[in-house]
Amino acid sequence: MSAIDLICMLPLILIAAAPVVIMFLLGWYRNHLLTFSLTLAGILLAFLALYGISPMIPRRITGLLILDGFAVFFIGLILASGFVVTFLSYDYLKGRKEHPEEFYILLLLATLGSSVIVASQHFASFFIGLEVLSVSLYALIAYTRNELSIEAGVKYLVLAAASAAFLLFGIALIYLETGTMEFSQIGARIASTEMNSRVLLAGTAMMITGIGFKLAVVPFHMWTPDVYEGAPAPVTAFVATVSKGAVFALLMRYSLQMDIRTDSSLFIVFATLSVLSMFGGNLLALFQGKVKRILAYSSIAHMGYLLVAFLSSGQMRVPAVMYYLTAYFVTSLGAFGVVTLLSNKERDMDSLEEYRGLFWRRPWVAGAFSATLFSLAGIPLTAGFIGKFYLVAAGAEASLWLLVLILVLNSAIGLFYYLRVIVIMSARSSGEGIPAMRLPLTGSLALIVLAVLLIWLGVFPRPVIDIIHSMAGSI
Amino acid sequence: MMLILLITIPLVGGVMAWLLGRRDQRWPRWVSLVALLIDMVLALALWGRYFDWVNLPGNGAWLTEVNIEWIPQLGISVHLGMDGLSLLLALLTAFLGIMSVVASWTEIQERVGFFHFNLMWSLAGIMGVFLSLDLFLFYFFWELMLVPMYFLIALWGHERRVYAAVKFFIFTQLSGLLMLAGILGLYFIHGQNTGVYTFDYSQLLATSMSSTKGQLFMLGFLIAFVVKLPAIPFHTWLPDAHTEAPTAGSVILAGLLLKTGAYGMLRFALPLFPRAAIDLAPVAMVFGAIGIIYGAVLAFAQTDLKRLVAYTSISHMGFVLLGIFAGNELALQGVVIQILCHGISTGALFILVGALQERIQSRDMLRMGGLWAVMPRMGGAGLFFGLASLGLPGLGNFVGEFLVLLGAYQVSITLTAIAATGLVISTIYALWMIQRTFFGGRADERRVPDLTIREMAVMGVMVASLVWIGIYPQPIMDTASRSLETLRKNVQITKADEKMSKPMSSEVDHVSH
Repeated sequence: MSAIDLICMLPLILIAAAPVVIMFLLGWYRNHLLTFSLTLAGILLAFLALYGISPMIPRRITGLLILDGFAVFFIGLILASGFVVTFLSYDYLKGRKEHPEEFYILLLLATLGSSVIVASQHFASFFIGLEVLSVSLYALIAYTRNELSIEAGVKYLVLAAASAAFLLFGIALIYLETGTMEFSQIGARIASTEMNSRVLLAGTAMMITGIGFKLAVVPFHMWTPDVYEGAPAPVTAFVATVSKGAVFALLMRYSLQMDIRTDSSLFIVFATLSVLSMFGGNLLALFQGKVKRILAYSSIAHMGYLLVAFLSSGQMRVPAVMYYLTAYFVTSLGAFGVVTLLSNKERDMDSLEEYRGLFWRRPWVAGAFSATLFSLAGIPLTAGFIGKFYLVAAGAEASLWLLVLILVLNSAIGLFYYLRVIVIMSARSSGEGIPAMRLPLTGSLALIVLAVLLIWLGVFPRPVIDIIHSMAGSI
Repeated sequence: MMLILLITIPLVGGVMAWLLGRRDQRWPRWVSLVALLIDMVLALALWGRYFDWVNLPGNGAWLTEVNIEWIPQLGISVHLGMDGLSLLLALLTAFLGIMSVVASWTEIQERVGFFHFNLMWSLAGIMGVFLSLDLFLFYFFWELMLVPMYFLIALWGHERRVYAAVKFFIFTQLSGLLMLAGILGLYFIHGQNTGVYTFDYSQLLATSMSSTKGQLFMLGFLIAFVVKLPAIPFHTWLPDAHTEAPTAGSVILAGLLLKTGAYGMLRFALPLFPRAAIDLAPVAMVFGAIGIIYGAVLAFAQTDLKRLVAYTSISHMGFVLLGIFAGNELALQGVVIQILCHGISTGALFILVGALQERIQSRDMLRMGGLWAVMPRMGGAGLFFGLASLGLPGLGNFVGEFLVLLGAYQVSITLTAIAATGLVISTIYALWMIQRTFFGGRADERRVPDLTIREMAVMGVMVASLVWIGIYPQPIMDTASRSLETLRKNVQITKADEKMSKPMSSEVDHVSH
């Protein structure tokens, strides 16, 4: 490993150093604001380092990691999301817990794990990243230690551990057949030699199980609504965006080594997952009475949409996934940001009834929430519109008309429940006229930034598309 | 630059109305009115400037045009252009916008600022639809106009507003997404043929493709347009949405939103897929004729006054569909006149029903009757627009329907005959409506105030414009004729090709020209 390799790893090193520093500090001085600032500084430094190393990429660092445009883009996205989640958490944790400081350590570790996942080109680094992410999430989900959040944490722990076992077994089987754990070589060996395809298929199936769990695609989605509901709102935001996005990016990188479309069995498997997730997520969301559960099922459907682009094969494929994930990150962070902002000390504001008449009590928050819902539904002027357009374009380019039609149909189903929330927010309520509590400062700031980004991505997506195209070329 | 202003003025006006509405309820009304008046003046100025020019043959297709890059990586640009057809529709948009702001002056008392914000943004979206020459931009505006309209219905509507709003939104959104699939199909075929990936209308015009693909993509476009129009059997959202919407919402829905469907067919579906258009024309004309009869018969069966007017729209839009697919110059001229006149006459009827409901809190015709005695001014206006709606010679609607029938006659005598009976039924429902509402025995004795000066002014302007179009439609025909000719060209060339390749087939449709 050369010095340049180390410099290239600086973003990861910095994001790993931050929790260590905070941990030492907590040993002799506890202060919420200081921890919060250090966390922000750590993420910010890592982000700057990312910018600094951009002339040196793409670069492979040992057999384990690769820092190419694709990885840098996603690390940037993950860091930015971590930044926003930190902002949302500060007010949320203030006064809610006697020891809020460890939350930030866990958050930084989870961010580190996700960053490693998107940069890995080897099963070993992937698995390490995944475990760092998962273990921090167990604690984060249960952090508020009320009944719901502990249930969610345990549920996530059991299922994540089981799925990790599946993943490991799958990796082992693939290793058994190909003799390597490097993505690029796996692809090459599968292409070049006759393989015992049954073992390979079993390995791949188990791997898909493990990854499917993280992505929460149907039928591996069971944990999602409960964990979304039980976890503290900022953590839900993190699970919905960073944890899913990182694994999806890895899946993308892995799949590029082998052409999915030539392998018909894999294609059918992913197409089935996609269709099931779209229908399952959207139909189940129709019956929910809680905002976080609605968003949970909606996120399942969105992963299904994403898989349509994942299954396509043309020029648009990688940019579509990258743009959609960016839009989805901004939108979901915004949506959960609203929930975070409105939640009180005792519990999260979750029941749909509590949102009745929100438009007339807190017009700006309700406006921001509507914007995120419109973005999830793919209505113009929002990031989701361009994102959905990209997905349909990628599907159309590869002539996956059936999948595109199912996507279109599901968008219409999705409208039902997004509109329902908006209608409830705009209805009259008895609570009208009651002066609203002051909103916390940091959370409001984060929300304003997210709302502006949401509109900006929808109206003027050109700079972001520029970045995506230049980054996507490297993979 | 003028075109961008036409769209941004309502957008900015809407935002200002919302912000100022938080201080005082009167502000939003005045701000919206002034913004729309400016828009109207701009559109009129464009008309005035280019009026002679339009008549001159051999000029470029667009009166005025803007083309700014938006997302160049995907070949998307802000390409706006205006020809005679879009000019007329832009005028109609501003005109009906003003009418609906004035008509809802006293009706809306809650959340006035947000109401006007939605009204203005919906108008801006419609204006954008009429001016877009980039298919992505077109789709963008197409979707943009829905959200505010959804809010207008869901928040300020009548009894079953949420149901109606959701139904409206899902119908139009789903069909819009199918159009997006069609747009993208076209985009990639053009890209694969030429290597240039672009959404630009003029470049996509000459895309060649296999006839199955052409039909499929056209179907995507067509579904979006016939849902909006609406044609049988995609019309079920319309009676609900029109009935439940507040007056201004109904006026914009009937007067403008339906027209975006007709405009889309004229501007996009036919010229982009001429082959498929020829193949589909007989079917579409049959649906048009059925729609005329069906809408008229159902209108006759209604007791809810607003629902009645809504069903008449289905009937009148049947003429539009018939005319568009008859495809000759007479029919298309008729379609344009019909679009304008239906917008004005139905808009006026909705304003009248709204005014009536504001006074007697009911739309039920069974509870009305004898209203002429208490409010003769409203009775007179109602009679006038009822007669206009049944197609009385001398008023604009007659010109439109007559020209459509004349044009359709050259293509199919049977369908024209069927469509013409629709005129008879429309006489029955229109007179029935007048009879039930204004004459006959009094259902109950009430003192109801007659139309105010504000309402009379609205009615007066609308009466005048209908009479003008009815007596002297020539300026409108001149304005539209060149653009209709250009739109028809593509279809005609394809037709000619087909004739050359199949000399044996004796086609009935001979295009006079």
